[in-house]
This record gives sequence, C-alpha cells and structure tokens, in this order.
Amino acid sequence: MTLAPSALDRYIDSKSPVHALDARVKLLLTLACILALGLLPPGAWAGIATIATILWWAVLRARIGLGLVMRRAFVALPFALVALTLVFSRPGVPLLRLPLGPLTLTATDAGLIAFASVLVKSWLSVQAALLLTATTHFTDVLHALRALRLPAVLVAILSFAYRYLFVLVDEAQRMLRARECRSAELPGQRPGGSIVWRATVVGQMVGTLFLRSYERSERIYVAMLSRGYSGELRALHHRPLSRREQGLLFVGGGILAAIVFLTYVAGGGPR
Amino acid sequence: MLFENLAQQILLGLHIPDGFLSVPVSALWWILTIAALAVAVRQVDGLSERQIPLMGVMAAFIFAGQMLNFPIPGGTSGHLLGGALAALLLGPWAASLVMACVVALQALLFQDGGLLVLGANIFNMGIATAFVGWWVGTALLRAFGGQRWGLVAAGFVAGWVSLMVAAILTSVQLVLSGLSAAIVFPAMLGVHAVIGIGEGLITAAALAFVVATRPDLASTLTGSLGTDAARRGVGRGALAGITGVGLAIAAGLALLSPLASGDPDGLERVAEDQGFLERAQDPAYNVLPDYTIPGLDGPISTIVAGIVGLLIVFAIAYGVTLLLRGNKAETPR
Repeated sequence: MTLAPSALDRYIDSKSPVHALDARVKLLLTLACILALGLLPPGAWAGIATIATILWWAVLRARIGLGLVMRRAFVALPFALVALTLVFSRPGVPLLRLPLGPLTLTATDAGLIAFASVLVKSWLSVQAALLLTATTHFTDVLHALRALRLPAVLVAILSFAYRYLFVLVDEAQRMLRARECRSAELPGQRPGGSIVWRATVVGQMVGTLFLRSYERSERIYVAMLSRGYSGELRALHHRPLSRREQGLLFVGGGILAAIVFLTYVAGGGPR
Repeated sequence: MLFENLAQQILLGLHIPDGFLSVPVSALWWILTIAALAVAVRQVDGLSERQIPLMGVMAAFIFAGQMLNFPIPGGTSGHLLGGALAALLLGPWAASLVMACVVALQALLFQDGGLLVLGANIFNMGIATAFVGWWVGTALLRAFGGQRWGLVAAGFVAGWVSLMVAAILTSVQLVLSGLSAAIVFPAMLGVHAVIGIGEGLITAAALAFVVATRPDLASTLTGSLGTDAARRGVGRGALAGITGVGLAIAAGLALLSPLASGDPDGLERVAEDQGFLERAQDPAYNVLPDYTIPGLDGPISTIVAGIVGLLIVFAIAYGVTLLLRGNKAETPR
C-alpha cells in the first residue's frame, strides 16, 4: 500500500487544453476563482452559479469526471459542523425554535442562507483546487510558485519535501504494518496495553522515523555534494508568458472580477 | 474504520477549508505568515546548502509522522501534528519553515485545508505551534533543572499547549469571520484538549527516544539536560505520572470552557437586541473596516478569556514544576 496523492492522480498525464495550459496561468486563475467565491456575499446565488458553471465547464474541458470531482470535493465537509452555528447566530426572520435547556436556539432565514453559502462556496473552492491538482504536475506548480516570487529556498525545500514525501510515508506505513504484525488482537476482546504505553510506542516509532529521516537527509546531502551540488538548485529556465496566455489570464480574471462587481452593484449585497 | 476516519477528520478540524474565513481575515493572516516566514528564512543560518535537503526531508518526516497513530478504546485514535516536536528537535525558526511546507503540501496536494486560507493554516499549525512549543518546552526544561523526567514533562506540556494555541487561533479566525464564539470556542477547545493529550504523549516519548539514542542530534535539548540524564532512557513511571497531571489540567479546562464563554454570549445577545453593535466599534479593530463582526464584544472577550485561561494553565504547570523541583532539591542526587 503506497500513498496515492488523490484518486485524480491518474488524470495527470492525460491530454486536454486545460492540461496543456501553463501552470502559472492555472495557479493564478485557481486562486482568483477561490478569491472571487470568498468575496461574494452570502446568498449571492447568481454569482455563485456563474462561477460554478465556469468551473464545471473547465472540468469538462479537462476531461475529468465531473461527478468524481464533485464527490472528492466533499472532503472538507466535516468542517461544516462548525459553520452550522451560523444558522442560529445571525439575526433575521426566525424559522425554527429549538428549546435546549435554559437557552433557545433560533434558526433564522439569514442564518440558513449564510450557512448554505459557506457550504457551497467551500465545496466549489475545493473543486477548483482539485482541478489544479488533477491537471498539473506538482513540479510545475512549484515552478509556478517560483515565478510568482516565492523565495527560492522555500521552493527548494518544498521540492525536497515532495520528493521524499512518498519514501517516508512508505517507511511510516512499513512501521505501522510491523506493529500490526506484532500486536495480536482477538475480536471482541479489549486490546492490551494502556493508552500511555501505546502512545509511548508511537512516540518511539516517531523518534525512529526522525532518526532514519535525519540520517537519510545526510546521505542525500553527501550524494548531492559528490554530484556537484554547490548549494544552488538549478531549475529549468522560465519562458515568459505568451500573448495568448496573458490574454487568457486577463479575460479569466476580468470575468471573475466582473461577477463580484456586478453582484455588489446589482444586489447591494443581498442579506 | 469509519471511526478512524472520523477521528482523522476531527484532527483536520485545524485545517480550515476555503470559504470558512472571510477574505479580510485570510488576508491579515497571509501578511502575518509571510512576515514570519521571511524572518525565518533569514534566521535559519542563512539556510546553508546543507540545510536545504535536511529541511525538505524533515518536512516529509513530519508529514509521514502524522500518519503514525495509536487506537484509543472508544473508536478514536491518537495523532501527532508535530509542530512542538519539530521545534524542540530543530529550533523554532527551522521548525516554522518545515511545518509551513507540510501544511502547504497538504493543501496543494491533498486539499487538506484551502488555498486562500493557507496563510491562516500555516500560521496556526506551523508557526504558532513551533514557537509556542519551543517557548513552553525550553522554559520547562530550564525550570526542571535538567532532570530526565523533566524532558518528558516539557515535551508533554509543549505538545498539549501548542495544539491548544492552534485551536484557539483557529477559533479566533472563525469567530472574526462571523461564526458564533459561544459554540466555536467550547467545541474547538474541548475537542483539542483531548486530542492534545495524544500529541503531548507522542511528543514526549519521541523526544525521550531521540535524546536517549542520538543525543548529538538533539543538541538544543541535551544542552539543558544533565550529562547522565541525557544518556539514560526515561522511566515509564515518570510518563504515567505526568500524564495524570496533564489529563487533570486538560479535563479541567475542557469543563471550564463552556462556562468561560457563557458570559460573552450574553453580551453579544444584548448588543444585538439593543442595536448598538454597529456603533460600538473598538478603534483597534478599525484596521479591518471591510467586514462587520457580529457581536464585537463577544469574540474579543472570549479571546481574552481564552488567553487568560492559557496563562492560568501555564502558571499552574510552572507552579507544579517549582514545587516538584523544591522536593527534588532536598533529596540527595
């Protein structure tokens, strides 16, 4: 069992206009899309629906299963439990009263709209991020981050982390499997060992993993040194964005800005 | 299996997804995060060529270490976030960078936490846990005077407090984005007071293990440990005793948190009823004039309450430390 970055990973090498798009453009448009969703006021359904349509159109252009993206985007939904409080905390027309001991919870229409908006916006934002991940190699994302002025050291650390992530996760999973093999457990019977003892075992596993990782990083450094590493990571040169890509960036950003702008002008921010 | 997933999702309660924080709040924490990371890049020894592979592999280590868990009867499991552990092994600045990479990778690769709110997530789970873990851990180590069980106690408290601080910061951001303080604070702090015990236990055991096997790698820790204390392993009795104290404090705080936030809710309700909410703008909060905070009095007083609570916990821990050290001084070593 190895770590699969996501169920969408198998789409990463397929061919489509979205896949072929420069990572910088995709990263910026993804961020702009999430930002536009964040800026829309609660209950701005027209604006949200427009962004959703654009997003889903892009997903279909990328030839990724729309249903799969939608299902995968539910990962963030457990967090919605926290947002449930919005239903009861916004002033508005009362819809439902729940007597709960000494205090009464009052669900309001404004609260319900705020809650639903947060859910839909969060769901769509995850879809936008999924589309980026599913159509862009992570190394390209890193190059894009570098082009967007992220410090070179951070990009270097991130690329090292990404490279060894899967190695160390495999290592961790081997350790977990070894522990499973050592720990016999009868169904229906209380497993042995106190919680403190179990935590100590895990703590020692973490400590072991740390030592192995540390020693691995030393080996990596020596190996790189002997291959001519001088403290500088050489990346492929960046070509400037083509006229077409710049145009796409401006059109995409412009459409999103227009949606946000029109929502505020037309609705005055429906509340 | 279902329960295990549920437990992991509760831990993900710290990875805020997009859509839950308002744009000004996200922007504010991006600024804080960028400033902190800019300093961190300068601080880490100018990031010498040797450091870069180390930092990258350490980020991968924390990521993998978060997968190591232990089952707790009742269906949940104990996990590690790792900020305090990274700080006590690598120092706070390096740990901030490492944790920032971990959180960024989780958001970019696995959609654990959003992209617009990544600044807030990095700050909560990376920078804050690293620095709080470092401060608490090193202060306690000094206070315990280099006893080997002191390392375990410091690791446990540092792990627990760092997770609580992350939970408090997450709650503050959610409340500033319009969620109800009366529900967010007790829920987040209550859950993480319990999860933090797992964090503290794993941190303590991992530190003890590293110090016992490779004291040269944990130079920051062994410096404040006695020479023979560093060489010997840590007894299980010490771990159990410290867990007891930690459990008691955690349980106490979890019980107190609903009480602490009952009052602010009342204030909030009154402010809404009387309609003076809009007028009662604190000048300090005009830095963010773009959004309205429902119940301005509520969040602020709850935040203050949370910070005061944390200070009390720390004071108790410190007091217990001093008491224990007093006893220890009388017995000949």
